[in-house]
Parts: sequence; structure tokens; C-alpha cells
Amino acid sequence: MGGLAGVPAADEEYSAKDFTSDQEVRWCPGCGDYAVLAAVRGFLPELGIKRENTVFVSGIGCSARFPYYMNTYGMHSIHGRAPTIATGLATTRPDLSVWVVTGDGDGLSIGGNHLIHALRRNVNITVLLFNNRIYGLTKGQYSPTSDQGMVTKSTPAGSLDTPFNPVSLALGAEAGFVARTLDSDRAHLTETLRAAAQHRGSALVEIYQNCPIFNDGAFDVLKDADEKQRRLIQLRHGEPVTFGPEDERFGVVRDERGELRVAKLAEVDERDLVVHDAQRADTSHAFALSRLGGQDLDPTVTGVFRAVDRPTYDDQARQQLDEAAQQRPADLQQLLTGRDTWTI
Amino acid sequence: MVATNGQRTESDPEGQQPDTLRKVNRVVIRFAGDSGDGMQLTGDRFTSEAAAFGNDLATLPNYPAEIRAPAGTLPGVSSFQLHFADYDILTPGDRPDVLVAMNPAALKANLGDLPAGATVVVNTDEFTKRNLKKVGYEQSPLETDELERFTVHRVAMSELTKGAVAETGLTRKEAERCKNMFALGLLSWMYHRPTDNTERFLREKFSGKPQVAEANLLAFRAGWNYGETTESFAVAYEVEPASLPEGTYRQVTGNLALAYGLVAAGQRSELPVFLGSYPITPASDVLHEMAKHKNFGVTTFQAEDEIAGVGAALGASFGGSLGVTTTSGPGLALKSETIGLAVALELPMLICDIQRGGPSTGLPTKTEQADLLQALYGRNGESPVPVLAPRSPADCFDIAMDAARIALTYRTPVLLLSDGATANGSEPWLIPDVSELPDLRVSFADSPNAPDGSEEFWPYQRDPRTLAREWAVPGTPGLEHRVGGLEKLDGKGSISYDPDNHDAMVRLRQRRIDGIEVPDVPVEDPDGDARVLVLGWGSSYGPIGAACRRLRARGMPVAQTHLRHLNPMPGNLGEVLRRYDRVVVPEMNMGQLAMLLRSRYLVDAQSYTKVAGLPFQAEELENVLSDVVQGVEL
Repeated sequence: MGGLAGVPAADEEYSAKDFTSDQEVRWCPGCGDYAVLAAVRGFLPELGIKRENTVFVSGIGCSARFPYYMNTYGMHSIHGRAPTIATGLATTRPDLSVWVVTGDGDGLSIGGNHLIHALRRNVNITVLLFNNRIYGLTKGQYSPTSDQGMVTKSTPAGSLDTPFNPVSLALGAEAGFVARTLDSDRAHLTETLRAAAQHRGSALVEIYQNCPIFNDGAFDVLKDADEKQRRLIQLRHGEPVTFGPEDERFGVVRDERGELRVAKLAEVDERDLVVHDAQRADTSHAFALSRLGGQDLDPTVTGVFRAVDRPTYDDQARQQLDEAAQQRPADLQQLLTGRDTWTI
Repeated sequence: MVATNGQRTESDPEGQQPDTLRKVNRVVIRFAGDSGDGMQLTGDRFTSEAAAFGNDLATLPNYPAEIRAPAGTLPGVSSFQLHFADYDILTPGDRPDVLVAMNPAALKANLGDLPAGATVVVNTDEFTKRNLKKVGYEQSPLETDELERFTVHRVAMSELTKGAVAETGLTRKEAERCKNMFALGLLSWMYHRPTDNTERFLREKFSGKPQVAEANLLAFRAGWNYGETTESFAVAYEVEPASLPEGTYRQVTGNLALAYGLVAAGQRSELPVFLGSYPITPASDVLHEMAKHKNFGVTTFQAEDEIAGVGAALGASFGGSLGVTTTSGPGLALKSETIGLAVALELPMLICDIQRGGPSTGLPTKTEQADLLQALYGRNGESPVPVLAPRSPADCFDIAMDAARIALTYRTPVLLLSDGATANGSEPWLIPDVSELPDLRVSFADSPNAPDGSEEFWPYQRDPRTLAREWAVPGTPGLEHRVGGLEKLDGKGSISYDPDNHDAMVRLRQRRIDGIEVPDVPVEDPDGDARVLVLGWGSSYGPIGAACRRLRARGMPVAQTHLRHLNPMPGNLGEVLRRYDRVVVPEMNMGQLAMLLRSRYLVDAQSYTKVAGLPFQAEELENVLSDVVQGVEL
């Protein structure tokens, strides 16, 4: 059963314009959020579901303005709590496609608890985590994904925190679907969002996104054609994990300790290459891939790390209700009366 | 009248009655033992027996926050007090006429509450040197004159129980655990209780363990027979059925009645109910109960924390369910930001706070009503929320229905303030006829509503009477819209930072809540010449009412009124307050309602407060009020 099963099909052809609200978009010029917004508006018509059955829920932060710009149902809620609201909505409404838009501060700091619990619970929601490694809306404090040592207004002597790797975190919570993509790669972004929407259960897509004001250039190495080619791994299910320019290809192999490492393709036996399997129930393969690249983006692993079907919380909760209704009619008078009564 | 044993007899001065069955009007019994002794179950069963017999009753469970405090110690004492009578009573009783003490700790912890002449039934087997030492007794109180003011029955309950159940082949330890049923059997004999229901209950409770069921039944009957055959219990007592209004009754606790009210609200509104909750004492039983009723379209969600519980409830409300969350004071503090969001979104939601002693973790298992100001004002910004409080366990049902009415009619989160005593206490409930319950059906928006003819949907367009906005749920074509915590332009609902709009919206949200229809508050003043009004809210209704009865019986006129709606307050309240020379406001907090009344109505309300984790006693309020009444008359 796909992620959109139960959501009514559209009886008209939509375009991106149909998903565009009348609100003026007010992100800073050059913000990576524009690219994500355009990609989402552009690919939603492909899903073929009714617009009115699509809901975007957000928390607080720059990314949280996203629902205002979508001509769907939407809620701009409070800081970090969007997964909780989405959980109640998705559990009670199987006919909706529910999206959560969050950021590295909203989703990983103040809302970290809700995020991991939504993922482990496997509610049928799709979480877009815009990661710009900085607090934007509060004007430039370090975030849970900022580089250690980063100098910001709140850390003039350098931040001391160890950053989260959002993909590793989601896999640790045993999310059924975990992926990473870039705001600057429209095709890959769209392809990844499509796969996330089709997945039934909690899906997390980390999107590297540039903040031109407070952390400009954080992902520039991935925009430089040569550097991108040298660093970027695009995972493909069932294919060996290789990357790099034609004249210097790399591959991922398992070393003698069982850990993954990058090796020059020319120097390894092709049979030793790690073949990506996104459907493994065990999370350790996907987790090991997520550890390959760190804050330094060298390499940067993108694509779908994990896409494993398991029963969703909301499907099972509704099933319990259906079964109870079949077993016992809802007789309110009988419930209120109970068994031990007396009459005066 | 008070007989030597402390119980109130109808007639017959002490000692004049030759028979072995004596009629009394009312009795207060307290079962006390170790946390592991099953005192709550024992009390609960005796309550059911009294209810089945048709007595009016009220109960007060009192137990420690620790699940199993060290055995035999004072902190580990758990008790259950039950008041039953042949007339309508209002409280679980101030002082027990009968104390059943299963060990020295239970005796010591409760002795101070006993009036002279009370009956004490002790389990002598537990009065060992070691147990006595644990609670600081140098010498057994059974051997000193410490208990000389009481009628003491020394019963070797542990040994008698073991003997009675020996044939079942249970181990000695298992056998001894049945001693609470021995005590129940003995008290059931003393008060002529019907025993069929208890026997049936035991068979069902232990249906998977026939040996244990049999042992409990044997212990129960052994206790009964012990009373019947032992000369030390020469007299049994009878409390006749009470003459309550006609109808069919059952016994309910406050949390049960609240859960039923929420289920009923879902049925009468024809909306799915979604309860998002996180376990917390003393509210968890509502979650447990609601989880049983999935066949009524009730979804229960045990969230990762308090915030997620209310967040999920709000998400469900956004989707067209009746969203509910249940909690206690510390949890309400965590939920406040989300309640504020619900205020801004103008969506229906119920928040049930079963208050307990605070601040912080406070007294989880004890009662208090100190969350009133938190409920009214514990959010950022001007954030008005309707607040209701049940006055007794059975009233929780009606309050839940009324809270749902307000939430659905006015599209607002509503706070319901129960408390530990109401939640765990029980009383008879006149079972309502479902067809006569209020109709709570709502209609969702289904078409564009823009007044400018633009065929748009404006989410903050309002009903001119209730000022409620339309509820357009996702899935409705053409009404796609966005809501959120940022200030909205009235009508259109888009984000607005306009100063005048914000001012207008703040006042509008206040006006919508102020305009909620709540019934006028009735005043009870049977003689019509009272100059003192006593006003309370929540669970103090019982003791205040009992105190007023006592004063009137002494020829002292006093008027009583009780607030079930704390926001908005009833329209006639100001006039009622000004009618009296003195207004006394007893509260289990530091005077929160009194402060509100003084500021809002400019009346010199006199606050009487107690924050001891226990309900008021009728006697203490009687004393307080009689001083006031006498002061006025001088």
C-alpha cells in the first residue's frame, strides 16, 4: 500500500499554479527555500491527488512559512510541534496526504523529541527537513547542525556543540524512509520527494538548503561542478555505490573491521563494492552509509538511504477502531447504565 | 443522636436497645492498611455493596504516591473512606465512625481522625514487635490505655484468613493476601450489606485463577461468619436505603463520569473523539477508560509527552474530530503554548486538568484546586479560555458535555478543572436517558463565504451571534486555507501585523468568550433571610453544603451558591454577591477565586483557605461560617 492510498484521486489536471496561494513569498532573496517551494509546487500535480486533501503543517522558523505559500490546507503551528499536530491529523484522516515542513532548529532542537517519536511510531506523514545549519528567523545563532567551532552571535568564541547528522538520527529512530537531497538539484529533489510521498509511513527527507544571510555558502562545494562531481554520492537501490569524475572514480567498500570507506575504484575489486540496498530491514547498512560523509561534506551521500515498509501507527489505530466497532455496537445507553444499578 | 459507638442512631438512647440489630442513619467507615493490602479494592467493594443496597454514598480514597512504600511504615499507609446514609449526603464524612486498621501503621496514621466512641477493628496479627517498632510504638497500643476512648475489636485476621483458605492449597503468603476480603466480609456483616455482587465480582476478577477466586470467597465468607458467631460483635447495624429522586442509579467515580461524558459528547455531536494524552496522576484513569471505548469511534493516543498529547488533539480537531487532552497541573503547564495556539486558531478542543497538590510535582495523589489562575491566565498574551469545574464525581459527566457544547458552538479550547478528590471519589449517579442528552451536532463549512462576492473562503468570517468562525476541514473542495499562530486579519484570515487589526482581534477573542451563554447561578437559601453567602467552586461543593445544613439546623441562616462556570462567570453573579452582607469563599488554594471576585465585582469577599491535600471537612467549615454568621448578627 502506497503512501497516498486512501487519498482521493484528482478529477482534474493541476499545474504548479493551482498549488500557488495568493500570499506573497517573503523569504530573503537567494534563499534556498524558493527552490524547494518551486519543486514542491511543480511535482504535486504529478501525484494525482485532490488538492483539498493535501495538508502542510509547519512549526516555527523560516521554513515554517511554507504552508502559507501553498494553495492547500495548512497550519503554521508552534515551535517544534508540527509532528504532533500531523500525527493527530493523519491518525484521524486516512484520506489526507499530510506533510510536515521543518528546519534544523525546529525539527532537531526544540522539536527533536517529537520528530524521533513520529519516526519510530511510523505515522503516515512526510517530513521535509530544511537544513541550513543555522537559525535564520532569530538572526543567526548556531543550530544543532552547525559546525563545531562556528562563530555566531550566540557563540562569539565558537560553538562547542557536536552537530547532529539528521539522516543518522532518523535511522536511529528506525524511520521507514530516510533520504537526503539538495535545494540546488531540482531533478534529484523532485525525484526524492516523489519517492517519499509514495512511501507509506513516516518519511524524512533532509534537504541541504542555503541561507544566504547567516550561513551563506555552507553547501557551495556541492554547487561547484568539479567539487560536486568529486564529493557527491547518489545512492541507487541495487547498484554499487560509486562516484567521482570519469578520470578518478571512487567506490565504497567494507574494510577489514566491517566499516565502510571510500576507495579508488581502480584499486579495488569490483566484487568488493558495497551494493546499496534501501530495503534492508536492519538499519545498520543505511546507518553506515550515513556516516560516510560528515559536516565537511566530503563525501556527501544523497538519495534514499532506507525505504522499508512496516505497519503504520495510523493504519493500525484505525483498524483497532474498526474491529471494536464490528465486535460491539456503540450503545451509549448500555455503556452509561453499566451492570450494577439500583432503582428508586 | 450519637450512640456510644459514635454512630448516629435514629432513636433509642445508648444501652437501651436489647436487640442485636440497630438502625443508624449514616456511617463513615475507613479501611486503612499497607499500600499492598488491597484497601482501595476493599473500600471499592464495600461502596458497591452500599450502592446496590440503595444508600446514598460518597467516598474518599487516600493513598501514597509511591506504589509500594516500605511495608508497615507510615508513608506506606493507604486508606479508603466511605460515607453511606439513608438520606442524601454531600461529603465522604469528616471523621470515621469505624476504622479498620490492618497494621500498627494504619492505626497510628488514622487514630487522630477518630471521634471519641468510634469503633476500631484491628488485625492483631500484624501488631508484632517489629511492626510496632517501625512506627515508633514502644508498647502495643492494644495493651495500653491509648485506645480507651474507642470500642476496639481485636481480630486475628491474618491467621483466621489462613485457616479459612487452607483447603485451597495456596501458599501461606498467598493465603494471607486474602485478609482484606476477610475484613470486607466482617464489615459487610456488621452493616448488613448484600454480598451477592461481591461474590460475583470476585469470581469474575479471578476467573483465570479459580484457586485464588475460591480463596478470596472463603476469606470473605469467613469474615462474615466471624461477625455472626463471635460474641464480641453483639450488635450489627442497618442503614436503610436513601430516598433519592426516582430513577435508576449506578455508582461512578469522577474520572469514570468524565470519560463517559467525553464518549457521550462524541456520540451527541456525531464527531469522532480523539484523546491525546500522557500518563499522569490522577488523570491517567480517564485515558485508561477511554481506551476501552474504541467501538464508539474514540481514538486514544498515548503520546511521547504532554505537549505531543495536546498537539495531536489539536491536529485531530483541525481535521474535524473532537480533540481532547487529559492531564494534571504539571502537564497543563507544558500544554499552555499549544492551548494558546488553539486560541489563535479558534478551533474546538477540550483540556481536562485533574488538579493535584502543587507547586511542581507537589502531591500527586492528593487533592487541591490551585490551578484556577493557571487555567485562566497561564498563557502568553491575551488568551481567554472558557473554564468549567465539576462540583462532584457524578457532575463530571454533565460538565464534560457542557464543555463540549461550548467548544463546538464557540470554536474554542475549553478547560475543565476536576481534582483528585472528585476524580477518585465516587457517588450514586442518576443514569441519564441518552435521548434527552443535549444535541451537540455541528455543521462544517462547505462553500465559499467571502462577503465581497469573490467566491473565496475566508476562515475568520464569523457567526454574528456566537462570533464563532467557520470550521472548514481539510478535504472540502474550494475551501483550502491556512491557519496559524501569527495574528490574523479578521475575516480574511491572512497574516496581519496591522496595529488596529490586532487590537480588534484581541478584543474580539475576548468578546467571543465573554459572550458564551452560561446559566445563571442558583442560590440556596431555604429560609430566605440569610445575610451571609458562602460561595465555592469545584469539589468543595459537598463540604460547603454539609456545613450550611448544619448551620441551618442550628437556626443560623446562610445562603450557598456554587460556580460551575468560572469563565465566563454567570451573568447574575454580581447581583447575587451584592445581595449579602458577607461573602465567604472557601478554597483549597490561597484564595484565587476570592481574588477574582474582589477585582471583578468589587465585593469584600472573605477568603477561607486550606491547602492540606485533603478536602474540607464539614465541621471546620461549619465553625468558620458560624463565626461569620454570628459576627453579622451582632
